[in-house]
Amino acid sequence: MEDEALKLVLVGSVDHGKSTLIGRLFHDTDSLPEGKLEEIRAASEAEGKELEFGFVMDHLREERQRGMTIDTAQTFFSTERRQYVIIDAPGHKEFLKNMISGASQAEAALLICSAHEGVEEQTRRHAYVLKLLGLSQTIVAYNKMDLVHYDRRRFEEVRSELLRFLDRIGISPALEIPISAKLGDNVAGRSANMPWYGGPTILEALDRFEKGPAPLEKPVRFPIQDVYELDGGQLAVGRVESGVLRRGAELTFLPTGRMRTVLNIRKFGEEDLAEAPAGECIGVIFDRDDVQRGEVGCPPGETARQAVSFQASIFWMARAPLQAGEELSVRCSTQERVCRVSAIRERVDSSTLEHLEHNAAALQETEVGEVTISTDSPIVLESFTDVPELGRFVLVRGCDVVAGGIVTAPEAGA
Amino acid sequence: MDRLTELENRSIYIIREAYHQFGRLAALWSVGKDSTALVWLCKKAFFGDVPFPVVHIDTSYKFPEMYSFRDEMVARWGLDLIVARNEEALARGVGPHEGSKLNCCTELKTNALKQCIAEYGFEGLLLAIRRDEHGIRAKERYFSPRDRQFRWNYEDQPPELWDQYTSEVDEEFHLRVHPLLEWRELDVWLYVRRENLPVNPLYFARDGKRYRSLGCKTCCSPVQSNASTVDEIIEEIRTGRTAERAGRAQDKEDAYTMQKLRALGYM
Ligand SMILES: Nc1nc2c(ncn2[C@@H]2O[C@H](COP(=O)(O)OP(=O)(O)O)[C@@H](O)[C@H]2O)c(=O)[nH]1
Repeated sequence: MEDEALKLVLVGSVDHGKSTLIGRLFHDTDSLPEGKLEEIRAASEAEGKELEFGFVMDHLREERQRGMTIDTAQTFFSTERRQYVIIDAPGHKEFLKNMISGASQAEAALLICSAHEGVEEQTRRHAYVLKLLGLSQTIVAYNKMDLVHYDRRRFEEVRSELLRFLDRIGISPALEIPISAKLGDNVAGRSANMPWYGGPTILEALDRFEKGPAPLEKPVRFPIQDVYELDGGQLAVGRVESGVLRRGAELTFLPTGRMRTVLNIRKFGEEDLAEAPAGECIGVIFDRDDVQRGEVGCPPGETARQAVSFQASIFWMARAPLQAGEELSVRCSTQERVCRVSAIRERVDSSTLEHLEHNAAALQETEVGEVTISTDSPIVLESFTDVPELGRFVLVRGCDVVAGGIVTAPEAGA
Repeated sequence: MDRLTELENRSIYIIREAYHQFGRLAALWSVGKDSTALVWLCKKAFFGDVPFPVVHIDTSYKFPEMYSFRDEMVARWGLDLIVARNEEALARGVGPHEGSKLNCCTELKTNALKQCIAEYGFEGLLLAIRRDEHGIRAKERYFSPRDRQFRWNYEDQPPELWDQYTSEVDEEFHLRVHPLLEWRELDVWLYVRRENLPVNPLYFARDGKRYRSLGCKTCCSPVQSNASTVDEIIEEIRTGRTAERAGRAQDKEDAYTMQKLRALGYM
């Protein structure tokens, strides 16, 4: 069991019960360390509240006092099947960058929507971010059913509203579950209060998630991370992002176009490996010592794309807006280039999906842009759906990461 | 790929990113199990030789077993060791028996580290903290900027997406890098077993007690345990539910002491 761990992010509007559900999951799976429940009870009482399961995650003083989750937090609980690494993402609009940071690390998502409050701006925005990040494994929990008297009609009403939105952005939830995080209905145990619901509990639903298989069938992508001097020669280090790299293989390096042969694959203590599958961080000795950080090795007939202009969806996370034409830098895998967002083709409200403007001059915080990005020299890319590691990037202004993005078309195109 | 291999690869990727980024990098090595695993990962990342110093913040109140383990490991792994001690505060008599524990930690750990950073000009520091150690640590990023006063602006941290880490910061900041953030206590012990790493004898039970987490002798108490081998420790963690830091005095003094220490830059 300890060999498996799945990274799960909880998203949804503030106050819809993410922290409470996390606390409940910890409690009901017996994952709270000894003494923790008492600590939470004491902290709740000290602030004049009933027992707040949310305090399990909300560890910072400010959060306890303001009663909200500020940053993403992460910790662990276990079921029969495996361990879950929980990433708790804050629901407030101003903390979108934290939500995105959390969600970008996750393998599956649990979207929480209170049946009491209904679908809100942040519910939709978070769902949209999940879509942008490519998190396709999603469960929806309709929380606070106790506050709506476990009423099936209310559940169906909120559910159909949310489903209409999810359908528009192309998310189809694996399961939809009515729960009460506070009282525990349908979290670990089936609820006697909702006999009309015959589906799985949250825990059962989580255990149905599968970890995505490593992309071993795809062509090799081997971005060079660094080059070390070793025993008088060069050892190029990097992580195999897709496929299986084999000793003796020929690789074409982009964007330089040089062809090199893999002479030796090494890990510390393991000289001369025959192969290294996707996910392995290795050192490689090539037939010539000249590859550099940022070059991407590919099989000669199946190279990645390279472009000086490409299309992407970006979400803007900085307070100061993006100005079309502004000089930034783009980082994708181990590559870094000076770039310009040469056109903001569509400016989109990330909550309503409303297209606010065509050929916009600027993009505001939390907005999504369908943009064209031009680089000062060729950059190696893939479409996000093919090889995510080469299809996602960040934009940097000065020292700050200001946007995350997904490559939609690795060439300028229409 | 099994979980330990996955974790190891991820940590090595982060260590190599940090090394690429910072001209002056060091690893903080408390001589405990986590940071010893970190130093081992650094050895693996660079094929045997750690190309930067390891810093031991020495309050002078550590267990004798920790000093001997440290010196043995330095020789065995060929480490470039820097011992950071706040001599000025020690000369003033600062210690666990004078004033508050918070003050002692601040002087002998935080300030010792500040002096060390100022002396060597480190831009990046590798730290072996884990998210499951303490709720507050769950807030950490892999790359986390700290200012000269070591303040941690946890409310307004830079975004961190996928494997793109904050690498440049203004001059008055340095970056804390946390390659083990995703590891659990259990993972560290499973890794110790898999890699056959040396373990400080204090972790093994003697007379029904063992140390689960090591710090200063004066502020650490052992937990009840009969686990006297790595296998038994793994079994104990799998089945037990005592918080790892249960024996650490600084966590108990005030539920928020840890948070204050964090904000002040204590590791
Ligand atoms: N009645 C009821 N209240 C809930 C439920 N889940 C959460 N709450 C309350 O809703 C408030 C916000 O919950 P919290 O978990 O902090 O929301 P978050 O902002 O999404 O993390 C808290 O006062 C909770 O006690 C539920 O299932 N039923």
